[in-house]
Amino acid sequence: MIYRESGQFKTSYAADQAMFPIRQDRIFIALLLVAAVAVVPVVVSEYAIRSILMPFLILSIAAIGLNLLLGYCGLISLGTAAFMAVGAFSAYKLATGIPDLPIVLNFILAGLVTAVVGMAFGLPSLRIKGFYLAVTTLAAHFFVEWTITKFGWFTNYSPSGVISAPPLDVFGIAIDSTTEKYWFVLAWVLVLAVLAKNLVRSSVGRAWMAVRDMDVAAAVIGVPILKTKLLAFAVSSFYCGIAGALYVFAYIGTVEPQAFDLNRAFQVLFMVIIGGLGSILGSFFGAAFIVTLPIFITLAAAPFGGQIPAEVLSNLELIIFGILIVFFLIVEPLGLARLWQIGKEKLRLWPFPH
Amino acid sequence: MALRKLATALLAAAALGLPGAVQAQQNDGTQFMLVNAYWTGPFAAGGSAFGGGMIDYYRMLNERDGGINGVKLSWEKCETQYQNDRIVECYERFKGHNGGLALFHPMSTGGAYAVLERAQKDLIPVITIGYGRTDASDGRVFPYKFPMLTNYWSQNTAKIRFMGAQEGGMDKLKGKKIANVYLESAYGKETIPVLDEQAKRYGFSVQHFAVAAPGLDQKAVWLQIARQLRADWVILRGWGVMNPAALKEAERVGFAREKIVGVWWSGSEEDVVPAGDAAEGYISAAFNGSGTHFPVIQDVIKHVYDKGNGELPRERLGQVFYARAMVWAIISAEAIRDAQAMFGKRPVVGKEVQQALEKFAMTPERVKKLGAEGLVPPFSLSCKDHEGGAAVRFQQWKGGKWVPIGDWVAVDKDMVRPMIEASAAAYAKEKSLTPRSC
Repeated sequence: MIYRESGQFKTSYAADQAMFPIRQDRIFIALLLVAAVAVVPVVVSEYAIRSILMPFLILSIAAIGLNLLLGYCGLISLGTAAFMAVGAFSAYKLATGIPDLPIVLNFILAGLVTAVVGMAFGLPSLRIKGFYLAVTTLAAHFFVEWTITKFGWFTNYSPSGVISAPPLDVFGIAIDSTTEKYWFVLAWVLVLAVLAKNLVRSSVGRAWMAVRDMDVAAAVIGVPILKTKLLAFAVSSFYCGIAGALYVFAYIGTVEPQAFDLNRAFQVLFMVIIGGLGSILGSFFGAAFIVTLPIFITLAAAPFGGQIPAEVLSNLELIIFGILIVFFLIVEPLGLARLWQIGKEKLRLWPFPH
Repeated sequence: MALRKLATALLAAAALGLPGAVQAQQNDGTQFMLVNAYWTGPFAAGGSAFGGGMIDYYRMLNERDGGINGVKLSWEKCETQYQNDRIVECYERFKGHNGGLALFHPMSTGGAYAVLERAQKDLIPVITIGYGRTDASDGRVFPYKFPMLTNYWSQNTAKIRFMGAQEGGMDKLKGKKIANVYLESAYGKETIPVLDEQAKRYGFSVQHFAVAAPGLDQKAVWLQIARQLRADWVILRGWGVMNPAALKEAERVGFAREKIVGVWWSGSEEDVVPAGDAAEGYISAAFNGSGTHFPVIQDVIKHVYDKGNGELPRERLGQVFYARAMVWAIISAEAIRDAQAMFGKRPVVGKEVQQALEKFAMTPERVKKLGAEGLVPPFSLSCKDHEGGAAVRFQQWKGGKWVPIGDWVAVDKDMVRPMIEASAAAYAKEKSLTPRSC
């Protein structure tokens, strides 16, 4: 009844190409943005921002990056954590090597470095497909981890291999408090998400999808396979690199290469699968699911702390988390984004389902 | 529809769950202690003993003495899985809980790095006993970090002294080959600079072998050590599942276990029992004694386990990790007792505990009074020295139990301290901090 698009006419090309064609969606997104920018820092506690929202936002960027590669271009990668590490350590080296470099430029450069690395490891994708490609990107993971721990140059010869991020400032304004860091991360998320959304609607995104659905057919209709696949790797790695840099600079503050271990790569992969392959919105859903669910389970289990032995409780949390993942995948194998879509379609018909 | 109900239920749980945790809570008259440990994951063998042991001790204090000077202790558990981001999450979730944290045990070297700056800002002392950022021993640069008892570098000097003693004098180390097998992590890498320095000083050669976490695959490393390098001694700097794997590989390639000296994170029952016979003769360092014969552990058994309130199976009570948890809990409780003596008999906050810790002294008499003789070595801290430099002892795994070898070995403070000061000064410069003068 409320969510109905009757009476909304598209009278120009611009209106036809709008990112959110339905007015109610636009209003909803606008309200969400206002809430995220203005309401959240006031209402939500510092703990929730620092420990839940920040990792959620940062890992959303990584999930979008992987989704572009896996969901849109059909190239499976386990190198996400490695690319995050490349981004993190490049940003660190740039920040300590050229202290005067503006941080935004620094992050973009770090993203570009990651893009180059990603392209190099994307080359085998021209010949290798499916699970075999996953194995070659696994090689990228171990290579990057080994390189960073082996050569002290990457950590400025820190004896323990831990880097600690220099203070953040954007055009002379120190990004110090939790709220400022939150805004900084949010700004990156917004820009990158809008960019990704438009990228997949453009000719580039269509070429990716063509390659994903059938690369021989795509080649026949004139999509340059080499360029398309490498571009997908480059853009995906760029996103992961930025996520890695933000992880160090805005979230944890100090990081060792082990923060980007294989578990991280799987974590992001699960976000994409649970959120929905080939959906930018799904990346956010997936990130929210994976980041916040364990914390909620822990908090929900807290009242039982006295009765159940600690090790049972901790393992139970993992079990519940696993069961929920399986449950959601059985109920909706196409991910949370598909659930959202179904919900929207139902809402359009409501309250007359037939 | 069912799905929508589920989603609503989840949201409701979220809405209920969050506020409970996030409010900055008023103090309820008890001293709040956070026990963040890891009951799951590859390092759970250690984590469960640390968490359980500390809670056992706090519970014993409540039962036996009614808390510390009448102030009862209260605690919360927090699962970290030995992951840095979860440690930070625990820290953030509980730092303002019930009047605020008086001190924080990260229980992981990486975690110690991750919370260092936050804790400095929040004025909460970070206590890392037997682990964690070595150069933080310089209290002038790191006022809120206390790597107590003996840091990794000091421990390492004791280890080389022990090897020297076994060879028949420090000069006999000349020309010897030592292999350093370490877990590739912040913890594993910390001793590389001090070993290189010692190699120069004593004329032995050292080669470093990194083992990727969690450390189950070490075939190539041990082949190289035994056949190619033909090392005289091996320093095992492992953690968790890496240790039994190392001992088994050493047996496979025929490297004498009597020539492997583990750090204290490689020297518990959990590290050797899974290796079976392969562990026989293996040597490790220790900063604490173990067993159940200490009066303090007897008190825990009497006041906690006999009432059925224990956190762990009884058979773990005499183990090395349990004893270590006792050491941590005793020092934490005593720091709070000292802070109460300075600021009044009430729940104390981080800032007060920090001041108490800088004057903290664990004298032999105090150790005896606590019933922990042989469990906690005597040491004292100052504003400048946050370590204490306690002596180290070595133990050998023989016939199913740890047997102490020789006496406590003193650490080489003269060698380590300048390195710590140089490293801390470099950190201060990088962060543009002005060290305190004291």
